[in-house]
Amino acid sequence: MGVGMSVRIQTADFDVSAEIAALRRGNPKIGAVASFIGVVRDVNEGGAVAEMTLEHYPGMTEKAIEEIVDQARSRWQVLDALVVHRIGKLKPADQIVLVAIASGHRADAFAACEFIMDYLKTRAPFWKQEATGSGARWVEARASDDIAAERWRLKG
Amino acid sequence: MITVLYFARLREALGTGSEALALPAAVRDVEGVRALLVARGGEWEQALASGKAARAAVNQAMAHDDTPVTDGDEIAFFPPVTGG
Repeated sequence: MGVGMSVRIQTADFDVSAEIAALRRGNPKIGAVASFIGVVRDVNEGGAVAEMTLEHYPGMTEKAIEEIVDQARSRWQVLDALVVHRIGKLKPADQIVLVAIASGHRADAFAACEFIMDYLKTRAPFWKQEATGSGARWVEARASDDIAAERWRLKG
Repeated sequence: MITVLYFARLREALGTGSEALALPAAVRDVEGVRALLVARGGEWEQALASGKAARAAVNQAMAHDDTPVTDGDEIAFFPPVTGG
């Protein structure tokens, strides 16, 4: 893992406040922290969701996210970056993912955070399965996620 | 031998999460491995034929059909990802 980056895949929940405090600790150059939390909703595709299971590709998941964070670090000023993504069984209102970026200024922090989420949604090997009243179903990837990732393509 | 992994809906459709496969000399890339598996017919053809939504990774990095594959490699096939 590169310096100034932390990527964790875990079943346990995370404490956003503690994670951001740790991210900020001991670095007076940090002027901005931008973060994103993904949360399990109780409905998807018009149906109620009772439980969600997150499958992943052990080994590749960490590598893929580290590479995405590396790309963000090469494009924006990122003093430190944290990605925590949960796996296993989750319920509605549970936290799924945290992305937190520390920078000198807010423009880079916001952009890097959004970029990492857009790329994670389209490139990190996780697969969601929802348990509904009428059985289990695999969540379909969305075209809107591909479009969101495409926005970040560098021109020329 | 190569190791082939299957994830999510693909694993369920194919009935297996992993297998060891002997790599014929003529098979040099992801497309070649895909064709080898598609030749099994049935669900394999349904799920893995070119143009289907199955993505691939070689040695834990996203791959394309022309990504080289050599003995000892780990290849994974999976549906479009849905994390985050």
